[in-house]
This record gives sequence, structure tokens and C-alpha cells, in this order.
Amino acid sequence: MSTIQVNGQVHKVQADSQTPLLHVLQNELMLKGPKYGCGMAQCGACTVHINGQAMRSCVMPVGAVRGEVTTLEGLGTADKPHPVQKAFIDAQAAQCGYCINGMVMTTVAFLKKTPKPNDDQIKAALDGNLCRCGTHMRIIAAVRKAAGVAA
Amino acid sequence: MKRRAFLQSSAGVVVGFSLSLTTLHAQQAGDPRFAQVDAWIKIAPNGLITFYTGKVELGTGVRTALAQMIAEELDVSVASIQLVMGDTELCPDQIGTFGSLTIMLAGPQVRQAAAEARLALVERAAQRLGVPADQVQTAQGVAKAPSGASVSYGELAQGPALGRAISGKATLKTPAQFKQIGQSVQRVEIPAKVCGTHEYVHHVRVPGMVHGRIIRPDMPGATALQIDDSALKTMAGAPKVVRKGNFLAVVADTEDMAIQAAQAVKVLWSAAEPLPTPQEVPQRLRSSPSTTKELQRTGQGADNLVQAAKTHQADYFVPFQLHASIGPSCAVADVRADKATVWSATQTSFLTRGSLATMLGMKPAQVRLIWTEGSGCYGQNGSDDVSGDAALLSQLVGKPVRVQWMRRQEHQWEPKGAAMAMTVKGGLDASGQIVGWDYAVWSPNHALRPFYDMAGNVLAGEALGMPARFLQAGADRNAKPTYVFDNSRVVLNLLNQSPLRSSSLRGLGSPQNTFANESFIDEMAVLAGADAIDFRVRHLKDERAIAVLRAVEKRAAWDKRPSGSRNNGVGRGVAFVQYDNNAAYVAVSMQVRVDDKTGRVKVERVCVAHDCGMVVNPDGVRNQIEGNVIQTLSRALMEEVQTTRREITSVDWVSYPILRFSDLPSAIDIELIDRPTVRAVGAGEATASPIFAALGNAIFDATGVRLRSVPFTPERLLAARQKRAA
Repeated sequence: MSTIQVNGQVHKVQADSQTPLLHVLQNELMLKGPKYGCGMAQCGACTVHINGQAMRSCVMPVGAVRGEVTTLEGLGTADKPHPVQKAFIDAQAAQCGYCINGMVMTTVAFLKKTPKPNDDQIKAALDGNLCRCGTHMRIIAAVRKAAGVAA
Repeated sequence: MKRRAFLQSSAGVVVGFSLSLTTLHAQQAGDPRFAQVDAWIKIAPNGLITFYTGKVELGTGVRTALAQMIAEELDVSVASIQLVMGDTELCPDQIGTFGSLTIMLAGPQVRQAAAEARLALVERAAQRLGVPADQVQTAQGVAKAPSGASVSYGELAQGPALGRAISGKATLKTPAQFKQIGQSVQRVEIPAKVCGTHEYVHHVRVPGMVHGRIIRPDMPGATALQIDDSALKTMAGAPKVVRKGNFLAVVADTEDMAIQAAQAVKVLWSAAEPLPTPQEVPQRLRSSPSTTKELQRTGQGADNLVQAAKTHQADYFVPFQLHASIGPSCAVADVRADKATVWSATQTSFLTRGSLATMLGMKPAQVRLIWTEGSGCYGQNGSDDVSGDAALLSQLVGKPVRVQWMRRQEHQWEPKGAAMAMTVKGGLDASGQIVGWDYAVWSPNHALRPFYDMAGNVLAGEALGMPARFLQAGADRNAKPTYVFDNSRVVLNLLNQSPLRSSSLRGLGSPQNTFANESFIDEMAVLAGADAIDFRVRHLKDERAIAVLRAVEKRAAWDKRPSGSRNNGVGRGVAFVQYDNNAAYVAVSMQVRVDDKTGRVKVERVCVAHDCGMVVNPDGVRNQIEGNVIQTLSRALMEEVQTTRREITSVDWVSYPILRFSDLPSAIDIELIDRPTVRAVGAGEATASPIFAALGNAIFDATGVRLRSVPFTPERLLAARQKRAA
């Protein structure tokens, strides 16, 4: 039986080591941030951080996780949001919100490496994250807001 | 043998009946409880207000917009209101959440209930404070006498129920009094969505629950001839196969085990009716058995076209497309002997409850459907079907069951947005005015939604051979032009059956019909040598229609000239709609750049002028407009359901790509025309309708190539250009 560290806490994992990390987060830790979208790393809805790197938890076997996992819940709360979460709220950058986990998690990791991005860099960073509601313009506005850059 | 069984069961008793959804709204008898204010609204001692509505949040922001309307009439803050949505035990049956009808039809209902509640509270306050009711002032959930003595709603609502009938006599606030309506209030649930605490139906867990996965073929209509589940015997998690009729599934203790078990079961599938390939769909639509209905005739109809100075004719086509929800459909059901509870992201809580009750052999009152938000659906995705799957599976195994579709299943089995074919003929007189307009559309039905007593409307019920009955809706949406033509004919050919199972996708038939109408009027403008906006305006009488076109002309700094006169790879196009011929007015212009070598279309600036009457939440409307532009650009540029004769091959985001950040237009520039004294209508779909045509018209202006089939792929553009050159 493996253990994983998620949002600062160590958890014993009941599931088989081949089980995708996402299912452990959803079904054992009852976390609601990372979402199942495709199970094939195509859409980004399941994105979490492993040691600060954005990773697709739907294809990551839980037994292969090395290091600290952070999920959307681990960034901040509605009362004390992470600056990127606050920027998404301020920009009203969500409709159904199902993809937003991936957008926020990808943005947080991206801005650490590229603190002052231009629009092309933002689009490239988020290009692997799908949104069907068409909230893209607001998501870009939120990333700019979080980075403190103008359009 | 198996084949025949399938044909009988799937054919079932399919009855279509023509009843518009708005008529259904109007005819709805309703639960008598909701004749009373107390059924709509409960006020806690701390002043928190719970309001019950049959409408649900689909990601479009109605949770917030309805709360604003309620807050307005009650004189409370939006933050003090909590909406309970779509729970069949607690909420009124407001039919469903579709057709951009929530603000238009439920808005006045909830305002009336809230205004009535405020009157009841004012009367109580008058007694409590010892002043006449007309001297009581209300603000921020507090009633005040002229003396300054006050009492809170929380205090007033304690004790006996308000006991007041909805009389219809409570006066609604006027625009001059509005404090909440018209404000860009932040969406109430966005913080929870952004911080990971929002509960979606995917998160529902019930004690004793097991996980299910449905086993369906790649070929619609195929049935299982042989099932080999021997691999399950050695697997952990106690997986087992469950079968009834043509319904085939597995259940297991954990989700992973259910997924693995579903993959481990080996099934030999029968053949079924071959599917049309994408290339065959246009002809299939035009040649399938259908019912023909004339929707409009003015003057001599199509008869005077022979006398026109110039005539023109064109065929248009929009393929089957997907709702393509990012989250696959999911539901949880707990079916006991005499009572069932289903957690579902349906758009139609009461209709779906009815379908499920019939399937389960129960009375509707024995089934409670608790609506829980899902991934955005944009119409009827797999939510209703997966609710049927979970309910049937729970009944068969005697435990609560959670079913989530796999990505491949969502792509293959969601009811598709319907393909449509259109032909338009038109004539110009010597002055360049349209003197005849002859429009015909071939379309399947767009409304396969569950219906109260029909179990066959969901896949699980169909698999049991239960009968289906469908509303007929959507094929005619915006077939009739808003333009005024002295002589015109509009004909609907409604297919008896769809080549692929299809139902409502955002706008139903409106984007397709608007594509044909707005492309053809553009072609007629070119024929007349006229500017595209001026030509439209001179065939319009409706001032609001003209206003959105002129607004977009100004905002886009529209280059006034006949379209297609440059052919330098840079172009602009325009299109207009009044959604459903009775709701929001939208004009859209687009600037495009077409790569000469690759045929790739880059959409640059998009301008939208939008008039939905009274605007409840301007930022909410803008969010919807942006979403409609981007989602429909995706449909316009790249989306077409792919099939072989044997299977649906659009099964994931590689085989069915949707628009990405790198494909975005550089700007979406929106002008909201707010008319506070005009009835509020919906904004959830209207802007989708003119997008195909605006883009096609811009591509024509840029290249001289007229694309009459969606999607406008580079291959199609290059082929059309080559054909034109030859």
C-alpha cells in the first residue's frame, strides 16, 4: 500500500498502484478540484501539481507519484484565494467551470516560469487545455491580471 | 433473430407530436402548491432566503440572474438568496431549462412570486409596527415604519407561514426603481468553481454505492450476440455483468474496477443498419422520407421567380456536430422497492423523472430527481441517458449506483446536433430589390428529450424495448427570414427519422437555417452589387433589427462596398438574426485573413451588437455572447462527426478536435443595446446563430470563394478555390 502527500497531508492509498492518481484524489480523498474529462491526457481538466509541475493526473499511476501533490483546493479558498484564483474570480473567467481546474493549475505553474508573459505565450501555455463554453478570452484576461501585464 | 429483436425494440412505438416548447410552458398546469408564496420561498430567522425554482444552472449564469430578479422584488441583497434548483420534490415544474427561455419565461414568474412575498411581509410588518401597510418601507431585508421602528424579514417570517396566494396583483418594480437588475453582479458560484469546492454531479457519493460502467457498441443499433465475462472471475472489486434486454453493464465496488471490468468483458456484436458516411449525409437528408409543411407564404410565394430580372439558387449544408461536453455525463441513482432517488445534471428534471419512473415501473411521485450541476451541456448531451443508465442499473443490482460515461461513450452516444440541408432560390428586380424568396430545409427533429410517461426516450429504456414519444421542435427555428419579401415561400421537410440519433444542440436548427438565410442574402447582395449591410437594411422593417446592424457597422468601422470585390485574402462579413423570430436581435461582423497557400482561416476581430431587451446582468450577457462566438467558431471551422458504415469514429479530442487558445480571434468586441422597458429575452443561444454565415461571408469577401458547407476546413477551401479557378 502506497502513500501520497497531497496539499500538505500524507494519505494511505487503498487503490492498486496502477490506479490513476485522479481516481484516488476523487474517490479516496474526496477532492473536487481535479476533474475527469477524457482519461487520456487530451483535455487538461484533471491537472494537478507534482512538485510544482503541472501534470495530468488521469494518466499518472498513483504508484508512480514522487513528491508533493497540490490540487486546486491546495492553492486557496473562496475566502483566501490564491492570486491566480482571485484573478479568475475578478475576470469572471468561468461558465460551467468544469475545465477551470486545469486552467488555474496550468496558469499557476506557467507564471512561475514566465512571470510576465505576452498573449502568445499565454495562448501557447494553455493550448493543451480545452474549454467548451468558450470562456477563453476571459481566461486570458485572468492570466494577464494575475501576472500584472496589459493586453 | 437478435437483429429483428433490435429493430422491433428500437422502432418501438415512436410517435412525434407537434407542440412547441413555449406552448408547453403556457399550458403547464403546475403543482397546486406553487399557487402559494410559501412553496417558492422560505425565510430563515437570520434573514437567509431559500427560493425554489425548476430552472437549473447550466453554466450560463441564471443562478445569479434569477437571484438578482428575486432580490430586486424583495428588497434584499443577492448574497442573502440561495436557490434550490430542479429538485422534483421541492421545486415547481417549469418544464426545463432550454431555448434561452429562463429569463424570458421564468424571470416574470420568480419576480411575481418574490413581489408577492414582499407584500405579505409588508402586511405583517404593518401589523407589527402599528402603521398602515402603505407607510412601510423595505430595504436590505428590513421593513421600516416612518418612525424609524423596524423589523427584519427574518423576524417577520417566523411563526405561521405567509399563507398568501400568488394573486398576480403584486406590482413589479419599474426600471427607474431597479437597484439589482441591470447590474453586473458577480456570478455567485464562480468562487467555488475556481477554488475546487463546487459540487458537480460527478462528486455525488451515497453510502453503499457501487460503480457502474455501461457497455455499448461502436455501431449504433448493434446488440450483443455473445458475452464472455470469464476474465472478471479473477478480478478484485467483485465486478459482475448485468444484463436486461439489450442493456448491458458492469458494476464493481470501485470505479477503477468497473472501468477495467467493462474493458475485460468480450462482446460479439451483431450488425445493424449501416451508417451514412459524412459525404453521404447531405443526400441522405434530402432523400429520406419526410413530412412537408409550408411555414410561410407571402404574395405569390415562389411563383413569380420566373419574372425576376436576375435569379440565383444555392444549396447549404451543416453536418452532425457534438455537444462535446468536457466532462462525460454522470449520474447516481438509488432505486429501492417503493422509492427512487436520482442525482442528475438533466435540463428537464420533471420530464426525465417521468421517463425514468415509467422505465422503473413506478409512479412519478415515487421518484425524486435531485438536479446537480454537470459539465456544460449546451443542449441535450448524455445527461438524460446516463440518468436512465444509473436508475436501471441500481434497480437491477439493488444498490445505489454511480455511472459515469467514458470519453469515447460521450462522443459516440450523446445525441448529436442535427445535420441539416437547405436550398434557397431568389430573384432580384431591375432595381436590385429581392422580389422572390423560396426557401426549403431538410432536417431531422431536434427534440429527443425525455417525456413524462415515455421510457424509450432514454437509451436504457430503448434497450428494454419501451416505447418512445418525442416533441417536435427546432427544425423550423429561424427558417423564416426576418426580412420582408413581397413574395416568399418557406418549406420545412421534417425527416421521419434521423440518420444519426440527434437532439437539441445550442440554437437547435437556428444556426443552420441562419447559415442558409444569411449566406444567401449575402449572395443576393453581391448579385445586386450592393453593400451587405445596406442591402439587408433595405429589406427590413423592424427597427431593432436595423439598429443592431447599424451598431455593428459603426463598431466594426465597416468597409462599405460590395463584398468579394478585392480577393486579397483579407475580408469582412456580416450576418444577422432575430433568434427564433421572437427573441434577441444579434448582428455579427468578422474580419478574417485567409492563408493563400494553406487555406487556413484566421479570424481576427469579431464585433457583436446584441439586443435582448432588458439586460439583467450585463457581464453575464457578455460572457454568454463570447461563449457563443467561440463555441460556434469551433463548429464553423473544424467540427463534423466522423463515421464509417460501421461505427462513429469521432471518439475523443484528437478525432473530433475543438477550438483551442491558438485558434482564438484576436478580439471579441460587444455592444449591448439595453432596453430596460422591453421584455427581457434570453442570451444563451442567440449569438450562435449568425456565426456560420458571418464567417462564410467574410471568407467569400477575402477569397471570392463561397463555402456553403460547414465546417470551413482548409481542405474544403482549397478544393473550392481550385474548382472555381477551373
